[in-house]
Amino acid sequence: MTQKVQLFITCLGEQFYPTVLEGMVTLLERLGVECQFPNAQTCCGQPFYNSGFQSEAGKLAKTWLQTFGQSEAPIVSPSGSCVNMVRHHYLELFPAGTPEHAQAVAIAQRTYEFTEYLVHVLNVTDVGAYFPHKVTYHASCHVLRGLGLRTEAKQLLGAVRGLEMIPLNGEETCCGFGGVFSVVYPEISRAMLRDKVQNILATGAEMVVASDAGCLMNIGGGLRKAGSSIRAVHTIEILAATESNGGLKRGAQ
Amino acid sequence: MSERPTYIKFGEYTEHIPANIPAAVQQATGRFLDLYQTRVSEMPQWEELRQAASDIRLHTLENLDFYLEKMEQNVRAVGGQVHWTADAAQARATVLEIAKEHNVKTAVKVKSMATEEIGLNHALEAAGIQTYETDLGEFIIQLMGTGPSHIIVPAVHLKKEEVADLFTQKLGVKAPPDPVKLTAIARATLREKFLSAEMGISGGNFLVAETGTLVIVTNEGNGRMCTTMPDLHVAVVGVDKVVPDWETLTVLLKLLARSATGQKLSTYTAFISGPRRAAGENGPKEFHLVLLDNGRSKILEDPVARETLKCIRCGGCLNVCPVYKNVGGFAYGWFISGPIGAIFSPQILGTEAARELPFASSLCGACADVCPVKVPIPKILLHLRRRVVEGDQFAPPSAPVVVRTGAKLGAFVLGIPWLYRFGTRLLPIFTAPFRKDGWMPSLPAPANLWTKVRPFPAFRANFRQWWAKRTKRG
Ligand code: SF4
Repeated sequence: MTQKVQLFITCLGEQFYPTVLEGMVTLLERLGVECQFPNAQTCCGQPFYNSGFQSEAGKLAKTWLQTFGQSEAPIVSPSGSCVNMVRHHYLELFPAGTPEHAQAVAIAQRTYEFTEYLVHVLNVTDVGAYFPHKVTYHASCHVLRGLGLRTEAKQLLGAVRGLEMIPLNGEETCCGFGGVFSVVYPEISRAMLRDKVQNILATGAEMVVASDAGCLMNIGGGLRKAGSSIRAVHTIEILAATESNGGLKRGAQ
Repeated sequence: MSERPTYIKFGEYTEHIPANIPAAVQQATGRFLDLYQTRVSEMPQWEELRQAASDIRLHTLENLDFYLEKMEQNVRAVGGQVHWTADAAQARATVLEIAKEHNVKTAVKVKSMATEEIGLNHALEAAGIQTYETDLGEFIIQLMGTGPSHIIVPAVHLKKEEVADLFTQKLGVKAPPDPVKLTAIARATLREKFLSAEMGISGGNFLVAETGTLVIVTNEGNGRMCTTMPDLHVAVVGVDKVVPDWETLTVLLKLLARSATGQKLSTYTAFISGPRRAAGENGPKEFHLVLLDNGRSKILEDPVARETLKCIRCGGCLNVCPVYKNVGGFAYGWFISGPIGAIFSPQILGTEAARELPFASSLCGACADVCPVKVPIPKILLHLRRRVVEGDQFAPPSAPVVVRTGAKLGAFVLGIPWLYRFGTRLLPIFTAPFRKDGWMPSLPAPANLWTKVRPFPAFRANFRQWWAKRTKRG
């Protein structure tokens, strides 16, 4: 039986990282998974939830549940942060006993962050990728602490042929994105980003890998501002690269 | 700083963080964190201990009246006196009254968060009672005239050179920037105070209800001096500090020092059960326990925020917090800082006065991971953010209306799929003038809050088109 999944592309993924999304589809299909794309999807409500607007978040969550509730297929997303929202915070948005709560509980169990889906559902750790570059890994907060995925991405990256992984000092320290935090307190965000960028520069890697669009925007921007040519890439972009497809497609970032 | 602030300007403070504060703070907290990690790696049962500690704290909070009454009974049984105080003013007045009755002119103090919370030092000084902090860090910040910048290392933001200058200036001695010599100077200054003081004031890390025992954990031994030399000992302790018995205390003590400074146990753990009972025994003639509520029972009414009170003030969440480590403790505007300060202060001072603090976090979750009693700090931050913008049964909303309207508008657009898709197509077009090499180096307000720190990636959505094309192709 072929596995089917619904793609949950997330706002930031859609607006800024289309090649990550394409890579996700390519890779899933390479692994024999059939992708569905619910076209009505918009935002999961996380930015609102995280800034205290729970009633707005609740409305968006309701729409999201309707959109993804149409199919029984598992939901896969390139963002740990948005999966964390669906898995943990949706339950808090709706009081126990309401139909939305029941729906949230059911859907939380079949919503996966991408690396989690590969390692724990498909039981794959070697996706047959080829990527002959020196990279370093930043552990995105919501993948790591939100979803408790400490080893999955590294396991997958560890099996990529040609890839050399250089340890990052402060790997598990937040890069200073934090969604609304980055614009509410830009100076603290700046200080946190500066620490992260310095540590990345010290590795001598060609790229830094992370598993959340927010970190990529922040770290990628920080590296660019620092005049560095190191790029911030998504785990998926590396896993999707093979000898035949020529690796990374992305342009300026 | 330890006075009750009317509005905490966290944002304004962080716009100009003194450059040397983060360096000093990062160094010290980094050292604690390394040691903490070593301690955890030595204890395979660490996670079970944390869970047990969390359960103990929650159980005690849910039965707080019972344990406090037991505590009171047992303190009285060993000859001590107990005073219940509802707020800071009443607690200050109670201590002052006791001091007046005993004609106190000089008081010595052990480092205590509760007395910082109620601004006791100022009240004592105003009443003409000379008050001396005897913990080295507290002694330093008292000379500086500031509050603490860390829960357990109050002078963590200062370098030894700064302390040497301070001593030279304020104590009239030639002080070299050498920690051992500086400690010796402080000791010499304090020794005579210990001898002359009529009153010792302390806080308390725990109250053991079973035996009416006050537990004080220190690293300098000054705690014992303050609580045994003067004839009068007054302890001001938050009602949340009570634990049922010695068995549960043991669990918490195992976690406290390890999470705080990475020590297995602090150098001194004093157990004080009432005053001295017979001639020849150590200890004061009178022992007073001032139980401080100051908004805590109100916090207890809130089932989500209640877990704030599980905190045992180890400071672990400060040591690991990248925000705290970059701004230092003064940014938080009151005696308690870091992640725990960000959830505690808005509840005690109100969300009107401390409405910026729940937002002082990137929600990275590092604090919750280290907290020995599992205070769900990110969850409570979110709960308080909601209180600030939407209001709840505990407080009306306090966020500016323009922010609230903006958010509603944003959610409206995002909630309508066609409108969202339409916007997605427009964004790359409208922002085209700002683009350069796939980035937007600078954007007009309010997006400049982002671009002043780093460029913004160019809008480039095309996944839906890509998907539609390949689906059509089959
Ligand atoms: S919240 Fe937890 S980590 Fe922070 S001071 Fe309290 S007990 Fe320690």
